[in-house]
Amino acid sequence: MATSVFPAARRRRFRAGAGDQDKAGPVTYLVLVLAAAVSLFPLYWTFVAASSTGERVAQSPPPLLPGGSLWTNVSTAWDQADMGTALLNSTVVAGCVALSTVLFSTLAGFAFAKLAFRGRGALLAVVVATMTIPPQLSVIPLYRIITGLDWGNHLQAVILPSLVAAFGVFFMRQFLTEALPFELIEAARVDGAHSLRIIWHVVFPVARPAMAVLGMLVFVQSWNDFFWPFVVLTQQNPTVQVALSAIGGGSGHDINQAVIMTGALIGTLPLLLIFALLGKYIVGGITAGAVKS
Amino acid sequence: MATTIRAGTEDGSAPAPADGTTAPPAPPAPRARPAWRSRLYRLDLKAAPYAFVAPFFLCFAAFGLFPLLWTGWLSLHHVDLLTPDTMEWRGLDNYTRLWGNDQFWTALRNTFTIGVISTVPQLAMALGLAHLLNYRLRGRGFFRVAILAPYATSIAAATLVFVQLFNPDYGLINWFLSLFGVHGTDWYADTWPSQIAISTIVTWRWTGYNALIYLAAMQAVPKDLYEAASLDGASRWQQFTRITVPSIRPTILFTIVVSTIGATQLFGEPLLFGGGVGVSGGSAHQFQTLSLYLYELGWPSRQLGRASAVAWTMLLLLLLIGAVQHLFTRRNRAQLGG
Repeated sequence: MATSVFPAARRRRFRAGAGDQDKAGPVTYLVLVLAAAVSLFPLYWTFVAASSTGERVAQSPPPLLPGGSLWTNVSTAWDQADMGTALLNSTVVAGCVALSTVLFSTLAGFAFAKLAFRGRGALLAVVVATMTIPPQLSVIPLYRIITGLDWGNHLQAVILPSLVAAFGVFFMRQFLTEALPFELIEAARVDGAHSLRIIWHVVFPVARPAMAVLGMLVFVQSWNDFFWPFVVLTQQNPTVQVALSAIGGGSGHDINQAVIMTGALIGTLPLLLIFALLGKYIVGGITAGAVKS
Repeated sequence: MATTIRAGTEDGSAPAPADGTTAPPAPPAPRARPAWRSRLYRLDLKAAPYAFVAPFFLCFAAFGLFPLLWTGWLSLHHVDLLTPDTMEWRGLDNYTRLWGNDQFWTALRNTFTIGVISTVPQLAMALGLAHLLNYRLRGRGFFRVAILAPYATSIAAATLVFVQLFNPDYGLINWFLSLFGVHGTDWYADTWPSQIAISTIVTWRWTGYNALIYLAAMQAVPKDLYEAASLDGASRWQQFTRITVPSIRPTILFTIVVSTIGATQLFGEPLLFGGGVGVSGGSAHQFQTLSLYLYELGWPSRQLGRASAVAWTMLLLLLLIGAVQHLFTRRNRAQLGG
């Protein structure tokens, strides 16, 4: 099933026997190991700093091996920034946004890929064009609307504006254009199925692998979203990123740097776990979605 | 039903009939169907596509387009954050004030310089990495996930970590540099070092992501092109510059556009990099971006009208950059004859 999402991977395996010309040399490995090290080192160092004492982090040379203060730091960070609420809030927000984005993007992507309707090309162009509009342009009125509704500091203020994303619509369209044969839709129509039945019994089963990948990508994006949550939420009801901005945003030298790093670690760990488990699917999703763009 | 669906998935990689723009032939209308049912059927056929795309457009209208226009309207007024219902007409005053404001020009310049020193090395390195990842490799999966790991790190977490690494007194980077005799770079207070530090965060987070996008495009380049080139005696470097790069040019353009947009919006990294003085982009605004300036005007200074003017200036800048990029690519394409 996964092969249809990752056609590139399959193609590559197929031509792997094509000769030694494209085999990697030692220099390639050296550079790649270096790149992997640069990518992973800050994450490793976050763990090192989070397990050291604040004094140790603020010494030169800085620590390179983990210390023994991880649990003290975790409990301090937990008290300081309400990381429990933050983790729960981020899970709720990212979960809702991912679910609704996947649902609406699949519907719209299906329509753009396989249904004929007046204005389809123009509407698709609008979808792509909206990707270029920065959120800063709508943030001020949006803030007024949200506070007008008394939703400031409520999670729906963060969820509602992100219910569907142009990127998702485009992603699903690219996938369904190739993966869903017209014959299948026609057959269902001949059987007398109306559009909703076709969605449920034909489109969703075919789109499932791409929906899973899109769900993961949107979850990551939503979890890491900073600007709008920072504007509209407060420390009484923060997402992880908003809580982190409070831990790190304080000035002065009395702040325990190890605790800041612990906050960063707590905020990143859930996503790193997802990556460790599902990384290759996310990689496949990014590459699959990008080929046509 | 289930078997049909599976069969459909399996030939999923086969190209769709036609080019995807032609309508599927209308199914034969079943005989003896009651009139209201066939009318319903035709209504369903006509209306369903609009119903399916409606959520996106409703959401965009409510949370994108309408606020965008409202921002434009606000930018012509004086509005206080605390009393947003009292609006005083100011005409283009907010814009002319920006024109004469040093801090605005600093923010504009910073956005530009940080944008360049984060985007250009990022995309160049991504291109190189993608090229290397395209060789036959052991541990291919590991390398791909490893370089994508920074993408899983949020702006906030990544910035807090890099603030530590760049600490002028006890940071790892200055310690490392001191081994080579470079001492005491002030990554917080000096203009260029602080902008380089912020660009490093951006570059670290996005290089792997872009590399994977390039990799996907490279894998779609027909293999025979390389075989023909190597028969003609082209070196690997020549193959890279003559075949790979031209073949994936649309993808490169796409990433340039996306990174440019990202660079104009830069907000979280400089905000958190500055710690207590983040909103003003450092004590001398040395790394304040346009987004930060907008936020400082709108929230701490409570001047929503002026902040809106900054927002619309950003839009105009994006349109300008878009037009320039469009012109550039058209000329480029004409030159290369493709």
